[in-house]
Amino acid sequence: MDQVAELLVLTLAAGTPLVFAALGELVTEKSGVLNLGVEGMMLVGAVTSFMVAATTGSPWLGVGAGMLAGAALSLVFAVLTLSLMANQVATGLALSLFGIGLSAFVGLGYVSIVIEGIAPLGVPGLSDLPLVGKLLFGHNPLVYLSLALFAAIRWFLYRTRPGLILRAVGENPQSAHAIGFPVVRIRYLAVMFGGACAGIGGAYLAVAYTPLWTEGMTAGRGWIALALVVFATWRPWRVLAGAYLFGGVTLATFQAQALGVTVPSQLLAMLPYLATIVVLAIISRDATAIRLNAPASLGRPFHPGL
Amino acid sequence: MPDPQRRTALFATAALTIAALAAALPAAAQPSPAAASATPFKVGYVYVSPIGDAGWTFQHDSGRKEMEKALGGKIVSKYVESVPEGADAERVIRELAQSGNQLIFTTSFGYMNPTLKVAKAFPKTHFEHATGYKTDANVATYNARFYEGRYLAGIVAGKMTKTNTTGYVAAFPIPEVVMGINAFARGMKSVNPKAEVKVIWVNSWYDPGRESEAANTLISQGADVVTHHTDSTAAVQAAEAKKVYAIGYHSDMSKYGPHAQLTAVTHQWGAYYTKAVQDAMAGKWKPGNTWGGIKEGMIRMAPFNPVVPKETQDLVNKVSGDIGAGKFHPFTGPLKDNDGKERLAAGKVITDADLSRMDYYVEGVQGKLPTK
Repeated sequence: MDQVAELLVLTLAAGTPLVFAALGELVTEKSGVLNLGVEGMMLVGAVTSFMVAATTGSPWLGVGAGMLAGAALSLVFAVLTLSLMANQVATGLALSLFGIGLSAFVGLGYVSIVIEGIAPLGVPGLSDLPLVGKLLFGHNPLVYLSLALFAAIRWFLYRTRPGLILRAVGENPQSAHAIGFPVVRIRYLAVMFGGACAGIGGAYLAVAYTPLWTEGMTAGRGWIALALVVFATWRPWRVLAGAYLFGGVTLATFQAQALGVTVPSQLLAMLPYLATIVVLAIISRDATAIRLNAPASLGRPFHPGL
Repeated sequence: MPDPQRRTALFATAALTIAALAAALPAAAQPSPAAASATPFKVGYVYVSPIGDAGWTFQHDSGRKEMEKALGGKIVSKYVESVPEGADAERVIRELAQSGNQLIFTTSFGYMNPTLKVAKAFPKTHFEHATGYKTDANVATYNARFYEGRYLAGIVAGKMTKTNTTGYVAAFPIPEVVMGINAFARGMKSVNPKAEVKVIWVNSWYDPGRESEAANTLISQGADVVTHHTDSTAAVQAAEAKKVYAIGYHSDMSKYGPHAQLTAVTHQWGAYYTKAVQDAMAGKWKPGNTWGGIKEGMIRMAPFNPVVPKETQDLVNKVSGDIGAGKFHPFTGPLKDNDGKERLAAGKVITDADLSRMDYYVEGVQGKLPTK
């Protein structure tokens, strides 16, 4: 049974970077803005957090810095797309490429540095309880943070007035503007929130999950996070389920290999993607629900003067 | 009223240009600050990944620096890092040849065809391609017998494991990786017949997250010594965090796992590079096919962790000496695969040709090779 608990702990740990990045992107997209720069923002968050952690010795300060760096990079995107009306898809892709290059460039002097990362929580007495001990108290602190973020986003989007306004802006910015909501300002905030979350997701990789910095260390997780949001039809709990499913299936394929299951490893490598797409496609198959959840103005520029 | 359409296009273009510039920055050629004499001999290097601090490219660059140091001001070397295998590689190799480099090392398997193509256009330039199998009038190949080090690593792992289970994080099921796993298993079995190695293929040369996940999975299934054939230090770091042992690969990774790393199989290209450049300068360069190992100094074990008992260290040094002296080959019969089929009769030594198309697991490796 301890094996199962261990596997669940590892699953949550593997899914967490995706949870951060995808939840942030979900909020951004709910406001009607499509930011394809998640991979770049994650990498910039990762490198910044690592640099700050290495310089100050505090990985937590690093996480904070990673969050700010992600938000700062997303601000560039926001200025280009929201104020200067650049195309969101092109700018988002450019932001990813820019983030990949920038993080590699500024991180050059840091590849050889070893830091003390954020270790999993250990509550004396409680973490050693059989089965539930590890499951409830044995995670990395950032895993708890991601769950708190999930709860907060759900509550915000569906239970608060500002959340309702954000969704209204994503549905129909013209109407929201007509009844007096500051559409562009709200979108700025949503984009920066998404950037901050992606930054934390990158920081989690660099200072907690595998405490190291190397070029391109996110290895495509930003793109998976983007896909998760769409396949989860913009519903927070499905994003969460998809992220853990992805992490869990990856680990399950490793478990199967280590147990000596004779399936081509290339097929096993494909499974996480396949399983996530199939499961999310099945739970999200209701076309009406998709139309209801998808932000109607996603990716369309909005100019109050037009 | 501004025209949003035009602005859109304008700024998108601007943003793309900035991004492209930034992406290109780290890949730009870095001239090295070697002292230049009147007409120094120019040597070029093409690297597949960033140099970083450990791994395949790092070892090649250390070799380049060693060569530069040995030959002082008589040569000047230059490298281009992060060159993708493909169309870009040809362009970079061509540029190096055009800018007067007389000897060019292309250090990744995927550079094989671009190297040959450019070599045809520059018959007076010498080319050396790492890990390839095609040569030409001015193209040599070179590679190292990594499996010799793997066998020694297996001895250390076999002696140090208490659970009789070791773990191996592997990239892709190609012969080079498979022969490493098999050599490791044979080394391990030679000192501990009960020990077995579990293999996880991550299908990536470089993904620290997945490498770490695979290492953690192996550890959770009882592996107490893990090693890897992937490019990052993640497996060693995972072992350090879980308080089990690890054996590094490519580079000495003791910095990343001061308690975990027992030793590491390291690649040493310095002596080979020095000799190749000297030969080329003296006009003695030949388009050979070098496959060097412990004997040639291309493979070396990193210093042992003090927890490795003296007798184990002595044993490893002795076997290493035997391999270097040609008295022992890690793949000497009887050699059985893990289905029990005999692949090599007792007393026979495997041929290089058979080694380079190895597509089976030997005894001591769990599971089935995924290519079959």
